[in-house]
Amino acid sequence: MVKSQLKWFIFAAMSVLIFTIIVLLGAFLAGFLGSLTGLGGGVIIIPLLTLGLGVDIHYAIGASIISVIATSTGSAAAYVKEGLTNMRIGMFLEIATTVGAILGAVIAVYLNAAYVAVIFGCILIFSSMMTLKKKVDHTTLDYSSKGAKFFKLNGSYPNQGVETPYAVKNVAGGFFMMLFAGTLSGLLGIGSGALKVIAMDNIMRLPFKVSTTTSNFMMGVTAAASAVVYLHRGQIDPGIAMPVCIGVLIGATVGAKVLVKAKTDKLKMVFAVVVTILAIQMIYKGLSGGF
Amino acid sequence: MEQTKNITDKDIQSLVGNLLRVGVYISMAIVILGGVIYLFDHGSEKIDYAVFDIDKVSLKTVAAIFEEVITFKGVAIVQFGLLMLIFTPIARVIMAVVSFFIEKDYLYVLIGLIVLSIIMASLSGGFAH
Repeated sequence: MVKSQLKWFIFAAMSVLIFTIIVLLGAFLAGFLGSLTGLGGGVIIIPLLTLGLGVDIHYAIGASIISVIATSTGSAAAYVKEGLTNMRIGMFLEIATTVGAILGAVIAVYLNAAYVAVIFGCILIFSSMMTLKKKVDHTTLDYSSKGAKFFKLNGSYPNQGVETPYAVKNVAGGFFMMLFAGTLSGLLGIGSGALKVIAMDNIMRLPFKVSTTTSNFMMGVTAAASAVVYLHRGQIDPGIAMPVCIGVLIGATVGAKVLVKAKTDKLKMVFAVVVTILAIQMIYKGLSGGF
Repeated sequence: MEQTKNITDKDIQSLVGNLLRVGVYISMAIVILGGVIYLFDHGSEKIDYAVFDIDKVSLKTVAAIFEEVITFKGVAIVQFGLLMLIFTPIARVIMAVVSFFIEKDYLYVLIGLIVLSIIMASLSGGFAH
């Protein structure tokens, strides 16, 4: 009780300039670690703003969704040019993710902030576990899927200099999983990359390089769809969104440069523990009525 | 036939890649400019983000942001930059639709138009209330 009053006091006494600098640094860190671990900046910046600085979760989500657009669009630019992204799969699944994103953002308007925090915590734990899981290659050359043929989803990608073909399976299953991923993205203001990759790796059987880059490609449009709802709702406050999107974007850019050289296995492990602790705090605070 | 199709697909990729990059650069430059002006004007004020207030942010629609940006207020410029950032992936969809049309892939013209209409429906503001 005393602690929360103290926090409120510090928070209330903070000037716009100091707040902007702190958020800028925190967002840089979130973007940097998010890119190194593959978790994304959004899932880190929200606990940082809400638990660390006492910002209302509605503003945190609005700012986070903007940073998702900035980082995913920035890196999508590079991937698309390399020919790794399957633009048809991306466009086709965007129908599901944008409908989901708007649905999620609208649900968020009516849902109690405490529930949003609890769901957020659960997804955070799930996502950090996913970064630790060993990836299993599910690719196939079984071209029997009628849906994949009709929507022209089968493709090829440059793999160590060789153009490698791949076949797509279970289009309907992937589409529904994307609807779910989009809904969570809109509800929580995150990219929900972990879920998107599951839908494409495990269900549709895409190669990793294609699934991660295509998921990234879709993220911008998905986030834009829910950002529009948040904008109309007054959840995108320029004073928070400005330092968050600048910081996360710069952090993610630096992170992507370091990633090429660094060994991330140990970092991922440490980070998964930290993120899980944050997630438990979010859930606890949500259940105990702190939001 | 197959050869020309491949070239067109590569062209689309390069074009889309450039659009995304330029869009992010321009919108971030606008956000930073607005941010500097905002900090000059309001840097010493006290922040107030502890409780969400639906009426606190006044620039909530595309029309309002376009009207206010010419006043050169920091918040309006930041919000304008953020709006440009939101528009970047949307512009990418529009460009993809045009490209698929040139490529005569009408199924994907239709798919692109469906995605666009979903976002446009959201932009009209109908889902926020």
